[in-house]
Amino acid sequence: MANYSTNELRAGLKVMLDGDPCSILTNELVKPGKGQAFARVKLRNLKSGRVWERTFKSGESIERADVMDRDLEYSYTDGEFWYFMDPDNYEQYPADANAVGDTHLWLKEQDRCEVTLYNGSPLSVTPPNFVELEITETDPGLKGDTASGGSKPATLSTGAVVRVPLFLSQGEIIRVDTRSGDYVSRASKS
Amino acid sequence: MNWRPTASIAEIKARAQLLAGLRAFFSERDVLEVDTPLLCSAGVTDPAIEPLVVDRGVSLQRSRFLQTSPEYAMKRLLAAGSGPIYQIAKAFRDGEVGSRHNPEFTLLEWYRPQYDHHQLMAELAELVCHVLGERRWQKVSYRELFSAQLALDPFTASIEQLRETAMNRLDLSFSTGDRDLWLDVLMSHLIEPQLAKMGMCFVYDYPASQAALSRVVRAEGVDVGQRFELYIDGMELANGYCELTDAAEQERRFLADNDKRRHQGLAEKPLDNNLLAAMSHGLPRCSGVAVGIDRLLMLLTGNTHIRDVLAFDWQRC
Repeated sequence: MANYSTNELRAGLKVMLDGDPCSILTNELVKPGKGQAFARVKLRNLKSGRVWERTFKSGESIERADVMDRDLEYSYTDGEFWYFMDPDNYEQYPADANAVGDTHLWLKEQDRCEVTLYNGSPLSVTPPNFVELEITETDPGLKGDTASGGSKPATLSTGAVVRVPLFLSQGEIIRVDTRSGDYVSRASKS
Repeated sequence: MNWRPTASIAEIKARAQLLAGLRAFFSERDVLEVDTPLLCSAGVTDPAIEPLVVDRGVSLQRSRFLQTSPEYAMKRLLAAGSGPIYQIAKAFRDGEVGSRHNPEFTLLEWYRPQYDHHQLMAELAELVCHVLGERRWQKVSYRELFSAQLALDPFTASIEQLRETAMNRLDLSFSTGDRDLWLDVLMSHLIEPQLAKMGMCFVYDYPASQAALSRVVRAEGVDVGQRFELYIDGMELANGYCELTDAAEQERRFLADNDKRRHQGLAEKPLDNNLLAAMSHGLPRCSGVAVGIDRLLMLLTGNTHIRDVLAFDWQRC
């Protein structure tokens, strides 16, 4: 496996540390006056999500991780795995609950997700920034109430619960920002 | 391709004003401006500094080194009787890229015959106040600083104590090293962030192993290198010495540096025999200091990345 030298490390590169794949967030050269230079590197462990800082001697080499980000289409779940497909060659990638995490709340069939593959298997799944989902359960809509600014909880087809304006009712499709989990707008009916 | 400068025109003007201000400061004090070659036949031996090498050209019989500082040439001028001198020069250090480092950078270096390092610190403080405006400053010895911040005596603590303090408080990729490695880790990772709260602060009198080119004296039972660093808001701005003048001791330090280089798998460097000859002839007792001009300009203009004060940074030159 190829290595990086500390002076090649930059945001986005993936390395192996303590047996886990990690993503570089920042790399700062630290050099006291006349002395030894260090690379102070901020990293995210791609398995646990933990973010921390580690110091290397400048010029030290670090193992490259076999990690890549791919745009894959979500197909379906059998309850144990969530299946993603490469639209170019129809290859299937099963992701387990660990890799999917809370992202399952935003997965809709045929949506494109960024899947991080480690040694060819999904390590994490990032949903599109915006998804359109159907409201499956909410209190009856208050017709015409578009101005009061009140909100109520609504359960979506994926099981996600978001706060929506009072005028919305069951069966309607809404647009949600997956980064914040906030309601954005009513989606135009297809 | 981005042809545009990395600094704004305002920063480029600020640099011109800064340089004019520095020249006025030294002109008023009768310190002579000098200009020495950038390409030198010998590089530095210091294992922590790597020079860039120029090795092709019909004028070159051997490779030449781009200077990492004008120190050796200026000391030869001092030995030749120049009196107090200063220089504003480009210097080059391989592999140093970061928010405070650019492989090509500008140094102000000056030497004062008969000054000790405390007198030179006072003059540097005047210069900084002249450039950045009046401000309070303080001095703290390296020993006091370690004692106050880490409850350690950097001169007498065992390597194991230094190592443990570093390993307990930091996530490091290495667990072995010599005394200076641990002192450097502690200084750069645990003490410098504290210096950020101390405004303009001189740190002086380093352990002998960190003396670099400074005179070493025996004080309070330990060997002290009469070296200082100036920090402003935690950023290292200058490094100075009460200069070593003994040619034989200088040669021993060069050889010890090359020993270290060999152990670390680095290329050994030819000794600067011109400097050694000048010192044998007689370098007057003096103190000297090098100031990072790009960093001074960062402080002056409130920038936090060095590229913002360089006309063209390393990526665009």
